[in-house]
Amino acid sequence: MWCLAWVQVAARAEDEAAVRAKLVQAILSEGTNQQQMLNGLSDSGSKVVGEVLFAWTRDGVFLYAGADGTKVPVTMEDQQDSDGKARAIKISDGTFLKDTAGKELKFADGDLNSVETDMHLRSSIQQTIDMLALANPDVDARWSAVTKLGNSQKLNYIPILQARLVKEPDGTVKRAIKEAIASLQINDSDPAVQVAAIGQLGTLKSIGSMDNLNRLIDDPKTNSQVVKAAKNAASAIQSHIAFVNFFGTIFRGLSLGSILLVVALGLAITFGLMGVINMAHGEMIAIGAYTTYVVQNIFGAGFAFSITLPFSVAGKQLGFGLHLPGLNATGWFYQSYFLFAIPLSFMMAALAGLILERTVIQFLYRRPLESLLATWGVSLVMQQLFRMVFGANNVQVNSPSWLLGHFALNDVSFGYNRVFVISFAILIVVGVWMLLSKTPLGLLIRAVMQNRSMASCMGVRTSRVNMMTFALGSGLAGLAGAFLSQIGNVGPSLGQSYIVDSFMTVVVGGVGSIVGTVYSAVGIGTGDQVLQQVTGSPVMGKIVMLTAIILFLQWKPGGLFSIRSRSLD
Amino acid sequence: MQRKAVNFELWGVVIATFILLVVLPGLNAFTPEGSVLHVSNFAINLYGKYLCYGIVAISVDLLWGYTGLLCLGQCLFFALGGYMMGMYLMRMIGDLGQYHQPIPDFLVFLGWSKLPWFWRPFSNFPFAAMMVTLLPGVVALVFGFLAFRSRIRGVYFSILTQALTYAGSLLFFRNDLLMGGNNGFTDFKFLCGFDLRQPATQRGLYICTVLLLLGTYLLCKWLTATKFGKVQRAIRDSENRVLFSGYATAHFKLFVFVLAAIIAGLAGALYVPQVGIINPSEMTPDKSLEAVVWVAVGGRGTLVGPVIGAVAVNAMKSWATRAYPDLWLLFLGMTFILVTLFMPKGIVGLPKQIMALKKKFLSPKAVSSENVEPVPAPEIEKMPEPSNDTAAKT
Repeated sequence: MWCLAWVQVAARAEDEAAVRAKLVQAILSEGTNQQQMLNGLSDSGSKVVGEVLFAWTRDGVFLYAGADGTKVPVTMEDQQDSDGKARAIKISDGTFLKDTAGKELKFADGDLNSVETDMHLRSSIQQTIDMLALANPDVDARWSAVTKLGNSQKLNYIPILQARLVKEPDGTVKRAIKEAIASLQINDSDPAVQVAAIGQLGTLKSIGSMDNLNRLIDDPKTNSQVVKAAKNAASAIQSHIAFVNFFGTIFRGLSLGSILLVVALGLAITFGLMGVINMAHGEMIAIGAYTTYVVQNIFGAGFAFSITLPFSVAGKQLGFGLHLPGLNATGWFYQSYFLFAIPLSFMMAALAGLILERTVIQFLYRRPLESLLATWGVSLVMQQLFRMVFGANNVQVNSPSWLLGHFALNDVSFGYNRVFVISFAILIVVGVWMLLSKTPLGLLIRAVMQNRSMASCMGVRTSRVNMMTFALGSGLAGLAGAFLSQIGNVGPSLGQSYIVDSFMTVVVGGVGSIVGTVYSAVGIGTGDQVLQQVTGSPVMGKIVMLTAIILFLQWKPGGLFSIRSRSLD
Repeated sequence: MQRKAVNFELWGVVIATFILLVVLPGLNAFTPEGSVLHVSNFAINLYGKYLCYGIVAISVDLLWGYTGLLCLGQCLFFALGGYMMGMYLMRMIGDLGQYHQPIPDFLVFLGWSKLPWFWRPFSNFPFAAMMVTLLPGVVALVFGFLAFRSRIRGVYFSILTQALTYAGSLLFFRNDLLMGGNNGFTDFKFLCGFDLRQPATQRGLYICTVLLLLGTYLLCKWLTATKFGKVQRAIRDSENRVLFSGYATAHFKLFVFVLAAIIAGLAGALYVPQVGIINPSEMTPDKSLEAVVWVAVGGRGTLVGPVIGAVAVNAMKSWATRAYPDLWLLFLGMTFILVTLFMPKGIVGLPKQIMALKKKFLSPKAVSSENVEPVPAPEIEKMPEPSNDTAAKT
């Protein structure tokens, strides 16, 4: 294996040298000879060629006349020293230009003559650059080059694309090339070619050429047959768009549902199982999101805050602050910050929940409506603390690079962050279910929630179980916050925007039922997205959704999965 | 003891009414500016605002303290009443707006040249006044009918009312509802021909507010003293028993819910001309929660408590926002936590709570270890109705 790899590297280096030699020849030659040379470079796939050619069109390639009269083509280094001089890079081998004594030569602007270009030459260089991009070893780069050419509306690219189509190994790019050729051909003067191209676009279900087709249909000069074909193709594409939108909506709905699910799962435990209305649940989400922010900063430049209180004691202003030094990590280590942030978010929020339960909620188990008021007070206090520590504006949380981007399946695009959220939500639900049904702690939790006094008689320390349960619920909210930081804004009132939704989710699912919460979160998430599409505005969608929920509760007042009981409350 | 307490409340109400209705407006109108006794126009305006909140607080208490229905959407009805009054006031601006058009400015801004159909009757004051009671009443009737019919109660009722007011605020934030969107209504000029910028008009509105407050108080006092009031409290304490005794509890609850909505709507209608603006932020869930907190702070299950709570909390809010703009939310939040934890009977119940504590600590020898009956802190002397404390459980 090692040997093989070494051979490959050597071969590539050899290629590189040959390409550079060809490039030098092309720069130094003239006329039709030069044209041919340039064409010969077009399928080299080398990065250097593209850079040099691009510099050439911008007058960035210079000629250095050596002592013996030979001309050496060079490019200039980007970085200039304090005198405004830069080193020259030889195109022939990529090393710095040196004089006979071996000292690196430096030049200021205007010291060297640039290689002249005329319009004709520039256009052929540009063509070479385009073809070079088509030969780029990176699939994504090839794809975007093809798309660019397809949108250029220049018929002279057709032969180039056709030539590439034969060589192209990748399926997606092949499709893109066909689409590009067809969208160029619909501007052809021959109606037969046009009809064929339009047919091709129709079979390819090219969403991007919809505008072009509509233009053709609206243009009075277009041949009637072409119009007919265009109409057919347009309707085929239209139905494809509807298909794509449908699945896109479902996917977005699922991802929204997953977020709602993780948010509501914590609430299903604190509200559903324990019967505590925790209005500060939203702030537990914010704690998770801010923890992610702090972890990100610790991996970066560090995190610091200081608060001065408007009180003074003995002439000294009261205040407090904190400084956490940063790791200044870079590369993959920095990108991995989110993996550390997830468990930390859970722990911080669980800790906050623990403190909240011990200081406030444990005194209010018999007064659920009053726990609502006290926790609302807690929520106000926490929001203000967030404002004091992190500022009133949203903070910047950068998604790690492995969560950016998306992949497309049949034109439906799937964002990695949303896919991540969905899969993690599944993991969390399974985890919570396992915890509640398969562990001793889960057994105790269920026992206490079903009948507190009976559990207490059997020797369960109910107060401790309450504490653990509440911490678990709050920790889940913290996890939700970590995800939300990747998808939306992180600000002091982050939690407020989810609190009504998540209460509704729990009520619709059936209070006390985790399965119900799962169904209702996915249902409400998808319903919300669908209604947004139907009503055409997010706000109207939400209003219709809330009304629908109220009506739904008419039909099933106990929610989807209400717990049957013969006792009267 | 019992008679004394009633007298205390009676005298308190009489004295407060006298001060609010006669002394304050009198001092505002008949003493020169700069005098020690003078009550500024700003203060009259501010008190008017507080008392409007007091009326809302009574309506919340009628639901929560007396019927056990914690409504987290009371400010929706308040704002709806306010909007109905606002529509009339907008029409009264006439062509004095910035665009000098016969229709409200924001409609001109949205590209309307004619008045939308539902705006037309609002030029008429009696119609607007009717809508002030009708719209909140009808919304409450429809929602209440649906909610009580399917026996949504307790916490679920609270959450649903919160969702209702949330939906309402989202709706009113939209421009295409043609109700002013984000900015709402403002820049009012006239009310029934009186110039709103005149101190005398504001004083008149203030007196109307005091009268409405007094009326609401007396109505609720009477209502809760009748047989109806007894059923109301019975529903609060054990709805199922009332149901099994043959009472249609849903009808009772619906009546109280609609009545409370109308009271809140009227308060909103008086609030808008005094404050000079109404926008959707008045009906966000937070505002309704705040109203509940006034009741909790003042004392639930009494009729003077909510008013005291509303005035006290808002006065504290006004002071704290000016003195410690960065910290006032902390004050407010801490107040709610401490009141819920340590003052379950609110300000009104405080004297009795202190008395009970005093008894507990000052005479420890009299109640020795044989007599294990500890004096529970929030327990109050004999009340005419079966123990208010059970309200906490519903």
